[in-house]
Amino acid sequence: MDIRSKHLRTLIVNALVGGGRGHLGSSMSMVEILRALYDSFLNYRPTEPHWSDRDRLILSKGHGCLALYAVLAEKGFFPQEELTTFCHPTSRLGGHPEKGKIPGIEASTGALGHGLSMGVGIALAAKIRQQSYRVVVVTGDGEINEGSVWEAAMSAAKHQLYNLSVFVDYNKMQSYGSTREVLDLEPLTDKWRSFGFEVEEINGHDVQALEQLMHRLPLSGHKPTAIICHTIKGKGFPFAEGRAEWHHKSRLKEEEITAMYECLR
Amino acid sequence: MRKSALSYVYKLAQQDERVVFIGSDLGPGVLEVMKQAIPDRFFMEGVSEQHIIGMAAGLAMEGFIPFVNTIATFLTRRCYEQVALDLCLQNLPVRLIANGGGVVYAPLGPTHLAVEDMGILRTLPNMTIIAPCDADEMNRLMPQTIDWPHPIYIRLAKGGDPIVSKPEYGFEIGQAILLREPDAGLFVSTGVMTQMALEAAKKMEQSGLDCGVLHIHTIKPIDKSTLSHWLPKVQGVVTVEEHTRIGGLGSAVLEFCNDEMPEQAVKIHRIGIPDRFADQYGTQSSLLTHWGITVDSLCAAMVQQLHKS
Repeated sequence: MDIRSKHLRTLIVNALVGGGRGHLGSSMSMVEILRALYDSFLNYRPTEPHWSDRDRLILSKGHGCLALYAVLAEKGFFPQEELTTFCHPTSRLGGHPEKGKIPGIEASTGALGHGLSMGVGIALAAKIRQQSYRVVVVTGDGEINEGSVWEAAMSAAKHQLYNLSVFVDYNKMQSYGSTREVLDLEPLTDKWRSFGFEVEEINGHDVQALEQLMHRLPLSGHKPTAIICHTIKGKGFPFAEGRAEWHHKSRLKEEEITAMYECLR
Repeated sequence: MRKSALSYVYKLAQQDERVVFIGSDLGPGVLEVMKQAIPDRFFMEGVSEQHIIGMAAGLAMEGFIPFVNTIATFLTRRCYEQVALDLCLQNLPVRLIANGGGVVYAPLGPTHLAVEDMGILRTLPNMTIIAPCDADEMNRLMPQTIDWPHPIYIRLAKGGDPIVSKPEYGFEIGQAILLREPDAGLFVSTGVMTQMALEAAKKMEQSGLDCGVLHIHTIKPIDKSTLSHWLPKVQGVVTVEEHTRIGGLGSAVLEFCNDEMPEQAVKIHRIGIPDRFADQYGTQSSLLTHWGITVDSLCAAMVQQLHKS
């Protein structure tokens, strides 16, 4: 893990400690996905968050918002010092992201299975008005248990929304345990393909590979894209990696906080 | 009423490029004229109500005004979370046109009846709920939907209902219409039950009792100023709605009286659907009669109210 990935994780831990809680595992698995998107793919203006030609990113797995908050703060959408106010009574930064409160947040998410439908609407709007912005939706893996995701997937394919890309953070763990045990998603690539998407799989922690793939988007001129990102829940923290109890953490112990910072040295 | 509403969507779409139409899996030929004339703003998205609401929200985020149309119960029960979070939390100007509000689909049974739609939506912040009384009123409502900055739920009746509204009364979202001035008692109604309330008022007149009719087309936000003006002036109030007695018009009026005019002891009798699933089929009219929602029961309730006072 390079210095930048560690820095972003440090910002996340700062927020987690500030709020005394948070979805650590779910945030850490997608740090590199968001990093690559905001470093190398998305067009945006941090000081002009409503710029009409910006690319739109919806974090459909809203519980992973700590990672998005860290990236947005680092990019200048709001002050980094604000991260430690996470979940405080009057903070803008809640346990799930809300549109209208936080610059750079395109949709209020948190209840799972909503983001892709909203993304379809936004991508369709671009198509109707012949605008060139692109739409990215980041989903979880447990999230796509929701039937609404597949309703949206059929619709995206029907409308040939090539301007829409779905990144699935496939860390293979959901709240209770492994996705295989709770509700097996396999064969996941075949599923998205059969729903009319152009699909690729990638190591979701390999920044270079992610950036190279993003430069090739859209993968098709008439189909939406799904990128299955193989990731590790809690990536960067050996004691949390792949462990369901770190999906969401509250009542952090002092030694756990110390251990998290130790990992980021 | 449905035909008026959908024809008006096309009219609005011709006038305003922000208007889009989204249906689920409606009957063949619905809005064919719009599909042919403006195909890029006409969508038939399939039996996927959850997705449709989210998609409408996405379009609204980009400045469009989506009109979503399907059967009332599927537009409320099935996608309640999407309506709450995608539309109301984000306060987006999506218009939900709900076919068959109440017991229009009586022969199809409890799966197709929308008897708690207004109640469950009334609990959602930012939601506006409107139940016009006839097709003419629908036509007066539709142009106002363009600039209303919140989600709107529009409850349609069966269609072909008698016209009881009048142009001179006008129409403003959120402003109740006094169709008949009260003396002794006041019927407070919404949707097509306003027709029944007017009939009841006529019948009461024959008995020598002058009763008014207040048509509350907008259940939320409810017109507090009109209620506070008229309720203290009468000796009895009967509310009537084609909706469960829990959470709809009657509840809204009771809440208003309790919260806003506690010093006034307004007597209110609520007529609506009892707290049980439909146990008969038949027709809208037969089911309403089965539940005691009739002109006669309205009159009897009013007489009892006035007798008590």
